[in-house]
Parts: sequence; structure tokens; C-alpha cells
Amino acid sequence: MFRIERKSGRYPLGINPAALLVVVFLIAYPMFASDFFTFQVGAYPLILGTIALSLTMLAGYGGMVSIAQMTVAGFAAYIVAILGTNSVGVMGLGWPWWLTVIVAILGAALLSTFIGAISARTEGIYTIMITLAIAVAFFYFVRQNYQIFNGFTGFAGIEPPTLFGVYWRDPTPFYYLTLAIAAFFYFAVRYGSRSTFGLGLQAVRDNPRRVRALGINVFLHRVVAYFYAGIIAGTAGVLLVWFNGRVSPGIVGVDMAIDILVIAVVGGMRAPIGPFLGAIAFVLLENFAIDLIDRERFNTVIGLAFLLVVLFSPDGLLGLWRRMESRIRLPRANARWGVRANRDDWHPAGSPERM
Amino acid sequence: MLKVAGKSLLAAAVLAVASPAVAQDTIKMGGLATLEGAFAAPGQDGIRGIMMALEEVKYMAGGKKIELITGSSDASPASAIRATRKLVEQDGVQIMIGPLSGSEGLAVKDYAKTKPNVTFINGTSAAQDTTLRKPAPNFFRFSTEGAQWMAGLGEYAYKVKKYRKVAVLAEDYSFPYTQVFGFLEPFCRLGGKAPVDARFWVPIGNKDYSSVIAALPDDVDAIYVALGGADAINFLSQYQQAGGELPLIGGSITVDQTVLGSKGKIRKTVIGTPSAGPISDTWDDPRWKAFVAQYKKLFAGKGGFPSPSLFAHGYYINTKAALLALDKVKGDLSDGGKKLRAALSSLKFESPTGMVSLDARRNAIADMFLTEVVEGPDGNLVNKTIGVTKQVSQTFGVKYEEFLKYGPVSRTNPPCK
Repeated sequence: MFRIERKSGRYPLGINPAALLVVVFLIAYPMFASDFFTFQVGAYPLILGTIALSLTMLAGYGGMVSIAQMTVAGFAAYIVAILGTNSVGVMGLGWPWWLTVIVAILGAALLSTFIGAISARTEGIYTIMITLAIAVAFFYFVRQNYQIFNGFTGFAGIEPPTLFGVYWRDPTPFYYLTLAIAAFFYFAVRYGSRSTFGLGLQAVRDNPRRVRALGINVFLHRVVAYFYAGIIAGTAGVLLVWFNGRVSPGIVGVDMAIDILVIAVVGGMRAPIGPFLGAIAFVLLENFAIDLIDRERFNTVIGLAFLLVVLFSPDGLLGLWRRMESRIRLPRANARWGVRANRDDWHPAGSPERM
Repeated sequence: MLKVAGKSLLAAAVLAVASPAVAQDTIKMGGLATLEGAFAAPGQDGIRGIMMALEEVKYMAGGKKIELITGSSDASPASAIRATRKLVEQDGVQIMIGPLSGSEGLAVKDYAKTKPNVTFINGTSAAQDTTLRKPAPNFFRFSTEGAQWMAGLGEYAYKVKKYRKVAVLAEDYSFPYTQVFGFLEPFCRLGGKAPVDARFWVPIGNKDYSSVIAALPDDVDAIYVALGGADAINFLSQYQQAGGELPLIGGSITVDQTVLGSKGKIRKTVIGTPSAGPISDTWDDPRWKAFVAQYKKLFAGKGGFPSPSLFAHGYYINTKAALLALDKVKGDLSDGGKKLRAALSSLKFESPTGMVSLDARRNAIADMFLTEVVEGPDGNLVNKTIGVTKQVSQTFGVKYEEFLKYGPVSRTNPPCK
């Protein structure tokens, strides 16, 4: 509460001019960007960022690092292919798109809840191990199940609906669709972090024993957090399958799961904007590193860039930005972040304080 | 001095203004291969194939300079599409060469339909349906596909080797399905058997084959093995260790140089194994020998294999086709590549492995090689050429409509009861 009042007092009308600039830029972006930049460098990081946002929410506010967020998103993508229409000739039950989407998102949320129920009694590295095991198991399951998931080939020819005369995979409409959904979840997470539930979750993260002593159900808090994270990741999964037009086991493989973790960590887990920064950096490198250097070495560049970010700024790009800001506007910014750091200091999973 | 400087400045300015016209004197070509992940080594050999074809013409075709821009995927369809989209939409390539792997090809074909003004030419992806069912009008495949590669092997196994019943061991995805189909179709038509419950499908990257080896039936004459790279080496060495006695029949990348040249203990098992494919290492034809010599000259000691793999060969043929067609249309792509695609469709040319032309769905008709593993004079294992099957088409010479009735490739097609 304290911070919100401060914030609104600092700027005219309570709006940060930098934030306003970002909003204007994001909305105007397709007007000057090429189709490629709108679709693959614009919409795609928004989708990856949204999936990573669900991880940031679990890890940053709940102290639970789940590797299985990509699995949840991929599950939603598979449901869209299975219940909707595809061109492969396996499943494709032809349900109307709105029903498919609702079932896909709820199904993903249920899977996430299930993962939460299994892993919520563990802490730190054990949560990572369990969720990793689930991610790997799901990957092998979809790869070897032919009746429902069509094995290695997966599904192709999955179309987004044509609505209001707009084909939603055209770059500009698709960009705005992903932007709207990403923005919605961004603000939802921001709002949620200050809600009773969000504060409770942070308390659980900081000291579960004390919270339990207060009579709050720690386990339930964590599982509900997984449910919300499942809704975020599931919605992003629907967007992902519309983006690709196809889904195959590669999308829920360990590589992708780690990519999401990298995006969240490189972006920074302290605030919900972090995963989006991480996703933009990730997609830019993925697309353009090969132009910078010998094509046999470009993955080294990607790795090095991320290594440097994490090395020089343990809390990711977000931390880098804050440090710069505090250099530029020393007194005020320092006071501001000082207050914040004290208030919601994030302990990485398994920090001594909790052991 | 000043005057000269002024003039050159002016010239620079004129050049800068005129640069769009200059830009049209170069043609951008995209090359997509798997430079990361499990197929990174084959992917690099694919790029070598593109470079060989470009090197031959000194990066000039139809009077224009060719600029090669490479992209990388990790063998997953989604990554292939992202890399293709970047090359086409961001770098503005007018001709795309690639991708490498079967399921990637299916994805790129679908993408090609949304970019009618760009010409897509395959790399080495060899799934059947990339061209057989719902083909894209601007997707060409001068490197044949997995079922064609098996030409002659089914007949050879039945008639010469006198095998009547085989077990099947293959990786579980579209390319091995296509290969198994290509082998079994003629084999079973002649009367051979391959019961569905004696077909073993393993995931790519499988390391332990002991359970498969234990489950292999005793009452078969041979095992047809369609595994690639490390998977093939793992199975072959474990089979030899287990004292397996059954003769083997190999897929196109099961007993190629990448496997035979490995350090695994596979010698006893693989000698005498027949196989078939689009290339044969030891074919003593001057065209092939010149190709191998050129490959060695360019890449020996720079990471190249002892002899070009079928990936270098496939990418080479496809790039070569693009260059020949560009020559025909004098590098004119101003009509969105319409003339180029017409030239490609009617192209017929001599490749290092014989005559190549296209069918109505833009899939190649080419010669295939039947080979058998033997011990070479220096003790190395090599593939001896037993026979060449001339001008194999995708439909095995059957009419298109008839061939479609065979059904799409899968784990159970053909049933072979």
C-alpha cells in the first residue's frame, strides 16, 4: 500500500512517462515494423514471455521453481489440436473454437494444479527435480502415444478462427491479440501480487513455518498458485499453437523447458516485466546471432550473452536496468529500490534462511 | 587532389542512390540445415553441399551474383519454420534450399504455400508426403525421398538372398516409416512376410537395445534395420556383443560412412549387409569420382567426412538445380520467380549420380544404388556397388492414383501378413 501511494504521488496523473512511452511504442509497433518483425520478433516473445511469466509468478512470488510450465502450455496446445481441427487425420474432433479454447485453458490449469499437488510439499531443488521429471515423462508420453497425441509427428494444419472478418494469424491482428493477452496477465500478476492471496503467497515463500503457525494452509496456497500459473501458461499455449500452426513433442521437450527457465532467469524474477525482457533478448539472439558470427558457433554467442547477464547481474536484465537507473538518478532511485528490496526480498529456493 | 576527392564523393553518392539497382544484381539464396541438435553433423555436411555447388560457378548464376545466407534449425518442425520465416521475410531470400529432416520438410512445404513468390527447393528431407499428397506448387525436390532410396533392396533380399520372413527395427518417425515402406512394398509383393508384431519402433536417441534384441523372433531370416547415426552404432555393437547371428538388411543411413567409419565393434555384424540409397561411396563412375575429389579438395582437414555423405549430395543436387535454372532464365526473378519455377519444373540434368528430372508433383526421378558392406583393400569397411536401379520415380512406376491406394506410410503399412 505504501508503495502505491508513493508512486501515484510522484508523477502527474500517477502515470510514469517511461511506462507511457512503452505503451505507445507497443501499440504503434506494427505500423512501422515489417511483417516479420511484427510476427516473429513481436508476437513470439510475447507468447514466450507469458509462459515465462507463469514461472516468474511461481518462482518469484511463491519460491517454487517449476520446470514444467512449458509442459502445461504444450498440453493446452495439444488439446487445441485434438479437440479442434487439424490436417493430420488423427483425432481432430472438430469442436467449435471457443469451446476448444476454454477446455484447453482449463485442462492446462488442471494439469498445473495436479503438478502443484504433487510438488507443493517439496522445496527448492526437489521441486525442480519433480517438475523436471514430469516434463520429461510428458515429453516421452506424447512422443510414443499414437492414438491420441500422434507420436513424433504430432499435429499440423491448426488454424486460428476467422472472427469479425479478421484472419487471426495475419501478423498485425495476431500481434495485437498476443499483446492484449500478455498485458492482461502482466497486470493480473501485478495486481495479484498485492492481493491478499499474493501477499499470503509471498509470506509462504519467505517463511512457510511461520505462516503455518498463523493457521494458513500453506499447501493449498501453493496449489492455488499453480492453478493460476496454469491458466497463464495454458492461454499462452493456445496462442503458441496458433502461431506455429502445428504442435509436436519437440515443443514440450527438455530444451524448450530449459529455454523458458533461461528466459525467466535472464529477464529477472523480481517483477512481472522481467520474463518479457528475457523473451525479447532470447528471440533477438535466436534469430540474429547466426548473422553475427560463423554459423557453426552462433549457439556459443547465445550462451555467452546469457552467461554474462547472469554473471554481472544475478537478478537478470531487470537488475541491470535498475542498477543503471540508480547510477543515473542516484538519490531518489536508491531510496525507492532500497525500500522495495527490504520489503519483498526474494530468497532463491533453498536459501539458508529457510533451511 | 581535392577535385578527385570531390568526384569520388559524388560517385559514392550516385552509387548510394543507385544501390537498389545494384542490389538487383545479386540474388539472395537461403540455406537451411540442422546446425544444432542431434543432426548437427549431417547439417554441416549439407551446407558443404550447397557451398560445393556455389563454388563450382564461383557464386555466379545467370549473370548475377549469388549471396548465400544460412539458417539453422534443430530438426523440429517449429524451429525449421522460424528459421525459414526469418530467411524469407527478414533477409528477403528469393530461393530457399532446405530443410534436412523429414518432418521439417512437411512443415516447410506448408509454409511455402503462403509465400507463392519464393521458390523453395528441398535439402535432404525425405518424407513421402512432402510431395506426394497436397504438394506445394513452389516446392521442388531434386533429392529423392526415403522410399525411392530403397529401390531394388526388397527384390534383392527376396530373390538373391532368398529371405522370406524379416523382422523390422527402425526409429519411430516419418523418415524411417518411408524407408520401411519402400523396402517392404516390393518385398511383400513378391511374397515376403514381415509380421506387424515383429516390427520394433524405438525413439531417436535410444541407447539400450538389449530388450529389443531379446525380443527378436528366432523364426525370421533377417532383420531390416533403419536406424541412423549413433542409434545405428549402438544397436550394431550391442547386437554383435549379444552374439546375434541373424543377417541384417540396412536402411540408407544405417550402414553409410558415418556408421562404418566409427570405432564401435560392428565389423562382424555388418559385413555382407545389403543396403540401398541415393549414393554409393565406391561407385567407379567418373562423374561420382570427380564429385568426391572436389569434396575432398574443399573440405579435407576442414571437418569434412572422408567421403561426401548423402546429405552433402542432396543439398548439392538441389543447389545445382537452382543454379542451372537461374542460368536458363538469365537470373531474371522480376516476375516473382514464375519463369524460374517453370524452368525448374522442366529441368533435366546430369548429376554426380546420374540423370535427374522431376515428376508432375516436382519430386525427383533419379538413379538409386544397391550396395553391400565389404572389407576394403586397406581393411576399412566400405559399401560395394552391386547394382544401379535406373530412373526410380516416387510411385515406383505405378500410376499416381493407383499408388495413392497404397495408403500413407505408417508403422503398419504395408501389413505384409
